[in-house]
Amino acid sequence: MKYEFKVNGESREVDVPGDKPLLWVVREDLGLTGSKFGCGIAQCGACTMHLDGQPVRSCSLPISAVAGKSITTVEGVSSPEAMAIREAWRDLDVVQCGYCQSGQMMSATALLEKNAKPTDEDIDRAMAGNLCRCATYHRIRAAIHSAAEKLEA
Amino acid sequence: MQKWMSSALPTPKLSRRRFLAATSLGTAGLLVGCSDRAEQSATTETTASSDVIATDLNAFVRIGTDDKVTVIVKHLDKGQGVTTGLPTIVAEELDADWSQMATEFAPADVKRYANLLFGVQGTGGSTAMANSWDQLRTAAAAARDLLVRAAAAEWGVPASEIIVASGLVSHAGSGKSSGFGALVAAAAELEPIEKPTLKDPADFSLIGTRQFRLDSAAKTDGSAQFTIDIVRPGMRYAAIAHPPKFGAIAASFDDTAARAMPGVVDVVEVPRGIAVLADSFWTAKQARDALNIEWDESNAETRGSDALLADFKALAKADGAPRARDDGDVETAFANASQVVEQTFELPYLAHATMEPMDCVVELAEDRCDIWTGSQIQTLDQGAAAQITGLPMASIHIHTQFAGGSFGRRAVPDSDFVAEAVTIAKATGGAYPVKLIWTREDDMAAGRYRPMGYHTTRAAIDEAGQPIAWQHRVVTHSFMVGTPFESSSIKDGIDSSAVEGAAQVPYAIDNVRIELQLARVGIPVLWWRSVGHTHNGWVAEVMIDQLAHLAGEDPVAYRMELLKDHPRHRGVLQLVAEKANWGQPVEEGVFRGVAVHESFSSYVAQIADIRIENGMPKVERVVAAVDCGVAINPDVIKAQVEGGIGMGLGAFLREAVHLDDGVVREQNFHMYRPLRINEMPEIDVHIVASGEAPTGIGEPGLPPIAPAVTNAIFAATGKLITRLPLGDQLREA
Repeated sequence: MKYEFKVNGESREVDVPGDKPLLWVVREDLGLTGSKFGCGIAQCGACTMHLDGQPVRSCSLPISAVAGKSITTVEGVSSPEAMAIREAWRDLDVVQCGYCQSGQMMSATALLEKNAKPTDEDIDRAMAGNLCRCATYHRIRAAIHSAAEKLEA
Repeated sequence: MQKWMSSALPTPKLSRRRFLAATSLGTAGLLVGCSDRAEQSATTETTASSDVIATDLNAFVRIGTDDKVTVIVKHLDKGQGVTTGLPTIVAEELDADWSQMATEFAPADVKRYANLLFGVQGTGGSTAMANSWDQLRTAAAAARDLLVRAAAAEWGVPASEIIVASGLVSHAGSGKSSGFGALVAAAAELEPIEKPTLKDPADFSLIGTRQFRLDSAAKTDGSAQFTIDIVRPGMRYAAIAHPPKFGAIAASFDDTAARAMPGVVDVVEVPRGIAVLADSFWTAKQARDALNIEWDESNAETRGSDALLADFKALAKADGAPRARDDGDVETAFANASQVVEQTFELPYLAHATMEPMDCVVELAEDRCDIWTGSQIQTLDQGAAAQITGLPMASIHIHTQFAGGSFGRRAVPDSDFVAEAVTIAKATGGAYPVKLIWTREDDMAAGRYRPMGYHTTRAAIDEAGQPIAWQHRVVTHSFMVGTPFESSSIKDGIDSSAVEGAAQVPYAIDNVRIELQLARVGIPVLWWRSVGHTHNGWVAEVMIDQLAHLAGEDPVAYRMELLKDHPRHRGVLQLVAEKANWGQPVEEGVFRGVAVHESFSSYVAQIADIRIENGMPKVERVVAAVDCGVAINPDVIKAQVEGGIGMGLGAFLREAVHLDDGVVREQNFHMYRPLRINEMPEIDVHIVASGEAPTGIGEPGLPPIAPAVTNAIFAATGKLITRLPLGDQLREA
């Protein structure tokens, strides 16, 4: 089946089975490998992308549900919030192994796009779906606060 | 197509044992720094996209005409930060500027890149810094000396008058100066000196201060490449069906439905299961799930967790346990004791559950085999691939990739998933590159867990409250048996990795007996971040706290008194107590627990502040103090301690792999539940100033958290947690 959708602002067409998850389409058919496979059941968040601006777990989203929609991945995310998140991630050296961090940053960006000044509780709620086995959570929290402060200034 | 694979090849196959012996190097024979330059086949390379020429000044330092300094990193970076820490050492001795530093993973080459503490190329035991410290200082200082002499010759000035700072070589008298890049070609022509002068640590300017991680940029824009991201021309994806029980094998299988799926290329049987190859991983997985396999379970491990625990308990009562330590006269001391405390402790299997599941890319040709993976013991993976393919070691090329976590999982004595990928590539005749990816379910159920453990302990104090007897019997199973590491790690029935952290209990107690009973279990186990210390550190630090309680003493003061001969334990304990204001009043509802533990020659003490909310401990804050010798990059050290605390806390609270009649119960992250952000405490890490040689930090931050929280829960509730994970135990009480 052919499916057309936007990825990072560009129209793309793929010819794949309708049940193929968005994650694998983006990684294998479009060659964008920044979004990661972690669990396949929307439990870890490593595959987080934005679908029409909302964070989604692309490992569990069949491509048939994405047709006609707009997807943003870590490679293309470029809102002021995304830039602030990336800068804060680098300033605080949040990453360790780094594998989950694309998903973490996509969730964090979506949070700041909705909520300019999140509390710790807001962060917990928005980020609890993203596992980090290196447990960089301490710095993720600090980086989100730092990005929010910079955006406010 | 497979013809060439079966033809006799001239290279003799070494058994793994012989192979290790052949490659193992004593320290006297080790090649350090620049001395092996002549062995390298090529010392220069031109990058494709520009006119930059990069020259290897030795095995570890490459300098480009663009001034870029590339450190050849012989260790796997799985998050612990060696791609920042090792370049810090090089930049320091080279007097480079941090902004010009870059890294590249070393090829598999045991002659140049062995871990000096292992004799093989590999990463583990928190040894990356410890074994690289002298080697990289020497290599970088030698490279610096080459640059200085090259400048001296070119400028016609004495080398002794040349200074190097922040990547600039300069001579004040003549006003000449140059970056490294303009000097490197001439430098490479000079004979390197064997023993360059190393910096006085008092002159360190990079070591001991924060340098930004060199991998942060690539890991925050999606460009960092992991094994799962590798694409090779014509590559096919492999998914494999493993037997549901350990030790089972495929008796027969029907792949009709799988082969009928569009995109499926092949189905092959390999020793570890049935692999499906397809043009996409999604298709390979779907087809794998459509296989109809009859498993032969006649040799499978069919015990469940409860049956295993019952067997461990029986073993704990058996006589004749080998002794790892036997000081004084334990029996008499117990007979004369004023008070005795006895406890048993239970610990489950734990999964490494790395965020990137096991994966490996293999490209097999007639005369070479290329492997892309987050290889943690390159030499063993190389040896396994050589055995499987029949190719000589030198024809196995391992391209080490960033690993999406490991915690020990990617260091497998029998090469596990790497061997699996190579056998699949071989079974398909090398027709195309193969990328093997395990699903999360494959990864969870494929074993190599932190072993389950059952510990029995007894400790006694005299009338003054001083401990006089300490007995600790460990029942667990070994991951060393049958591996190349067996002879070095198991002596007289004692597997050092099973008793580490127990046998070295540091407290001044005259009568100490540490014993080990090794069970025979068919569940494959492996080192898991901090290894034996994960269980022994917990047990020892809970028991000493119980003695302090029995003696009516303050837990910090009690430990300090008993650690008189262990200044580094005392150092971290004193620092953590100061920083946490131990002994001062805390907020109402907050309870504190402390623990101190040495692992891998580094010392960590932690104080955990908890509240009990809805029958669960909420760990609000952890203060940690660490002594790992010279703090090369303090921020990386802090990050590792933070991460160790988070990972250890998750294991304490919830993590467990259970078996139901031999089948793994926790198949994915909805059942195996590591710590999440809402449970992460505030963490405050302090580093003891030290001039000692640097030791590891990837693991030592983990062991103290479980006992610190256990001791805090005891302080809060009077309930002693002796069974992990905690789960709902406080609610049940």
